[in-house]
Amino acid sequence: MSLIYAFAVAAQMGAGIYLLLSRHVMRILFGVVLLSTAANLLIFIAGGLQFTAPPVIEPGSQTLGEGAANPLPQALILTAIVIGFALVSFAAALVLKAYYTLGSVFTDEHNDAEALGSPFEKEAIRNG
Amino acid sequence: MADTLLLWPVVLPLIGAALAAAFHSRPEVQRIIALTVMILTFGASLVLANAVIAGGILTKTFGSWMPPFGVVFVADRFSVAMVVISSLLALCALIFSVADLRQRQVRSGFYPLFLGLMIGVNGAFLTGDIFNLYVWFEVMLIATLGLITLDRTRAQIDGAIKYAVLNLLSTILFLMAIGLLYGATGTLNMADLAMVLPQTESSAALTLSAMMFLLAFGIKAGFFPMFFWLPASYHTASIIVSAVFAGLLTKVGVYALFRVFTLLFEVDNGTLKPLIGVFAAGTMLFGVFGAAVQWDVRRILSFHIISQIGYIMLGLAIATPLAMAGAVFYIIHHIVVKANLFFIAGAIHRATGSFDLRKSGGLMKSSPWLAVLFAIPALSLAGIPPLSGFWAKLMVVDASFQGDEAWLAGIALFVSLLTIFSMSKIWIEAFWKEPVRKTRVRHVPAAMMAPIVVLGAITLAIGINPEPLVAFSNLAADSIGNRTELIGAIIDQSTTAGVTP
Repeated sequence: MSLIYAFAVAAQMGAGIYLLLSRHVMRILFGVVLLSTAANLLIFIAGGLQFTAPPVIEPGSQTLGEGAANPLPQALILTAIVIGFALVSFAAALVLKAYYTLGSVFTDEHNDAEALGSPFEKEAIRNG
Repeated sequence: MADTLLLWPVVLPLIGAALAAAFHSRPEVQRIIALTVMILTFGASLVLANAVIAGGILTKTFGSWMPPFGVVFVADRFSVAMVVISSLLALCALIFSVADLRQRQVRSGFYPLFLGLMIGVNGAFLTGDIFNLYVWFEVMLIATLGLITLDRTRAQIDGAIKYAVLNLLSTILFLMAIGLLYGATGTLNMADLAMVLPQTESSAALTLSAMMFLLAFGIKAGFFPMFFWLPASYHTASIIVSAVFAGLLTKVGVYALFRVFTLLFEVDNGTLKPLIGVFAAGTMLFGVFGAAVQWDVRRILSFHIISQIGYIMLGLAIATPLAMAGAVFYIIHHIVVKANLFFIAGAIHRATGSFDLRKSGGLMKSSPWLAVLFAIPALSLAGIPPLSGFWAKLMVVDASFQGDEAWLAGIALFVSLLTIFSMSKIWIEAFWKEPVRKTRVRHVPAAMMAPIVVLGAITLAIGINPEPLVAFSNLAADSIGNRTELIGAIIDQSTTAGVTP
């Protein structure tokens, strides 16, 4: 069971890294999305996959009952999902802004930053 | 009451950021809030440092969840040194910004973002929980992404994409490493991990986790095969932002690396040591070679951040107490000097109107004091006695000879020589050469000179009297190397509080 999940996460991470290596900024963005969800799944599996009771403390008791799931991986994933959502939305906005400002979605046409201070005269004309 | 001291370096910038955001339409009020808060934060960090030096490691647990369950803040000598020096640098940057910040940048949210960055930086230095460290890294990342795109110019958007993608990858790897570590050990508290890990039998998951930590922090710290995002993005930000990034951000990555690879994993057990040695050598060499061909002051300095990170990595690669002390000394020296050089780049830009060395010149005649103030950090960066960089380099190079890693020492000395080449390039082009354009050299305001003078004075003071800082670095290196002290300080509380986990 765990092995199937492990291969699924591996496939998702592979796809994410592959997309990250693309020149197209939208593909890079999708790569980041896939990787951040793969990370969440990885924590989920690392926490142990078992058929257990929900981690709810019964009334009148101070501790979790026998056989209850570990609530911590779920809490970690919840935090990671929120953070991942914020960063992916920022990255999406940045990609949109880059398209409007730089006029291209291909990273090999994004060279304004590298041109500053370039030793080549042709690139250095844009220097401030 | 002593444990609440730990909170102020994080809480004060948090209050400041909230207030500054609330006064979004009033730039003047925001400036006063930011300056007051940063002065208070610096004061709080000094009080904290004093308490730690006098009384040893301080801890604070949250929500009465006793360790190893709750999130815990820890301050030992290494972390308070980082908090003090970063608060000082942030204060200097805010003073510099009085003269250099434009209205448009304030409207884009400079003050809330800057204070937000300081929340993340101080939080990362003080936390004792590995997942909490991840959260502070994310706080830092989102604030830096806002700061780097402050002007939204073409170059900044371009740089920000490279910065964002690689740093997102780094934090994702960090998160995965935490997940695997949790799966193998069942705890997230760093002191508890340090107790549990030696008894855990080594597995593929643990090795993978260690490698992912190395990769994630390596991207953050900007060392050898992973540094490409840094010189592609740092120089595009406005100069105050660049100075703070250069001083602090890579050092947070280095700090996390030092913590994880002393407390959780051992560098000294064979496989990791040569790997980190090669990384350190590559970082030093490629950084300094990259700088040699550049003409933009900020890009030259960005490449030099990388080569200097190599020297700090050298400390971890050798991993003797002497080398660790050298690394701590080097981090403190480097934060001061590198930020100062970026401030001077800002002053050069103000005076000559360009960051490009080919278009500047003549500053020696028009502002001789700026020339003197440039010479101090530049020579210190190259390691000329009697400035702070000489002692820092002496400590790490001495440690590498004593640790039987003479080839690393050789590379370190060779890289110093090339550092002089880059620094003299800036000196000849910006200061010595006759001005290229016949425009009048502009006056550099006092608010810009003040931080340069203060940081230059610190460099000189460390250089002339290095003994206190050397002694402090030795003690800090002891507390990094001494796991039992830290474990005792954190875990002991659970028994004193009468709660057994």
